[in-house]
Amino acid sequence: MEVVKYKHGFWDVVKSLVSGARLTWQHLLSAKNRRRPSHVAAEDYFKQPDGMATLKYPYEAIPVPDNGRYRLHNEIEDCIVCDLCAKICPVNCITIESVKATEDIGVTSDGTKKRLYAPVFDIDMAKCCYCGLCTTVCPTDCLTMTPVYDFSEVNIKNMIYHFSDLSPEQAQEKQLLFEKQQEEMAAAKAAALAARKKA
Amino acid sequence: MALLAFVLTLMLMLLLVIVVVYAERKVAAFMQDRLGPTEAGPEGTLQPMLDVLKLLQKEDIIPTAADKKLFAIAPILIFAAVFAGFAVVPLSPTLVPAGIGIGVFYLLAIISLDVIGLLMAGWGSNNKYAMLGAMRSVAQIVSYEIPAGLAILAVVMVCQSLDFQEISYQQGVLMNQFLGLERESNWLFGIEALGINTTYIGGVTTWNIFRVPIMFVAFIIYFIASLAECNRAPFDIPEAESELVAGFHVEYSGFRFAVFFLAEYAMMVLVCLVAVILFLGSWNTALPNLGPLRLADWTTGTIGSWTAILWGGFWLISKTLVLLFVQLWARWTYPRLRVDQLMYLCWKVLTPIALGVVLLAGIWRLLM
Repeated sequence: MEVVKYKHGFWDVVKSLVSGARLTWQHLLSAKNRRRPSHVAAEDYFKQPDGMATLKYPYEAIPVPDNGRYRLHNEIEDCIVCDLCAKICPVNCITIESVKATEDIGVTSDGTKKRLYAPVFDIDMAKCCYCGLCTTVCPTDCLTMTPVYDFSEVNIKNMIYHFSDLSPEQAQEKQLLFEKQQEEMAAAKAAALAARKKA
Repeated sequence: MALLAFVLTLMLMLLLVIVVVYAERKVAAFMQDRLGPTEAGPEGTLQPMLDVLKLLQKEDIIPTAADKKLFAIAPILIFAAVFAGFAVVPLSPTLVPAGIGIGVFYLLAIISLDVIGLLMAGWGSNNKYAMLGAMRSVAQIVSYEIPAGLAILAVVMVCQSLDFQEISYQQGVLMNQFLGLERESNWLFGIEALGINTTYIGGVTTWNIFRVPIMFVAFIIYFIASLAECNRAPFDIPEAESELVAGFHVEYSGFRFAVFFLAEYAMMVLVCLVAVILFLGSWNTALPNLGPLRLADWTTGTIGSWTAILWGGFWLISKTLVLLFVQLWARWTYPRLRVDQLMYLCWKVLTPIALGVVLLAGIWRLLM
């Protein structure tokens, strides 16, 4: 093993003190420059050797990459309430309840027919592990990951995001309509059965 | 009049301390490629004021097991000792809070009281880290008073005076206007045999480090020793955040901590002021008279008018700020010394050189 030899002479020490002082002086002078908040894929991302590196965060931010996985968003208008996202979620952070629609409720933007209401469509962002599996299984691409990452909350209950566009009363009404339709259908069926027996 | 001097000196000291605290944070940040304070006020200039306000609002905690009397008095004693040092600092040719004839001796004596305050704080806290910090601090300060004292002694021998104001007058074009120095004259490098009279050239040529070049060595010694005396990096062993938490003031909070903080920075300002007065021409201008260009006269003003006071204050403060910047620069450049290295530097390097400087200064005086 090679032994490291330190220089102990008076002038060696002076030289090393001066070189240290010069180094900090150069950093002080280059403090007039600042690092630009450039995108990670930008040409100059690794080529900004001097200047102040601090990012004034709330005022400026490094842009997030396109495939970055941050806060989820569900475009409920386009959702067919298929429940695939809730099924694939490894941490069970998505809660969906569905009510069958009694009438025609339109189509999604990609032309899929909607047949279910979603009285409850909650995503608990505090549980979410940001794996992005739910967005890959979504058949209508209504569940996406947005570039928003700064959404901390004082109360953890606010981390549960409600995406349903139905109020509880409306949901109740749809549920009653559905039950009524079921009863009517059951009654019609029973009547038809009775008529067939008679004949 | 005494009260006015007290208030003015206190104001000056607080102003300088606030500037230094802000400068320290900004200089540190820039040297480390950071931004420093940016939020409070324009470019974060209100940060030191707000820090003090925050500290004053905090609870003044006195530990149950502490020696309450010592604990309570220590910070006030330290601050009083440092502040008393400001009393003899001349601010301009006619303005000095207390123009006593033995100013240098008084200053050295009163600053030494600081040590008692440190020991009281460390002992009174009843905390091992505070105790260790205080012991290290006292050992360091007492040791470094020797090279610092010898460097100051060299100046006193050359100037033949213990009066800060007389030492100041000797280093500029106003020399002959001081009572008792009417017939004195300055020679280039302090050697009369060279035959170049610099009495009316002034500027840097009459500063102590120039008129007696050996004083440059004394200045370096004094500056290093003064860093150690105010517990600044690279001699911040008593505080050593990484080992002793914060040294002797670990148990202090709120108002009392603010007083420690203030005393520490006031000490920095004081040692730099003393360095400027003893070695760097005090309140005298840096520009010499060159033939028809009366730069020194133009930037000195006339005694008895406001110009002299303003020019004097300007030169003294600006030179002090440059030295303070060097202190900050050293802090953010050099790593902390070990205790044995600290003592080695003091007793085996600085003290012998300082003794040599005293001898040479004595010989030099014979040439003047």
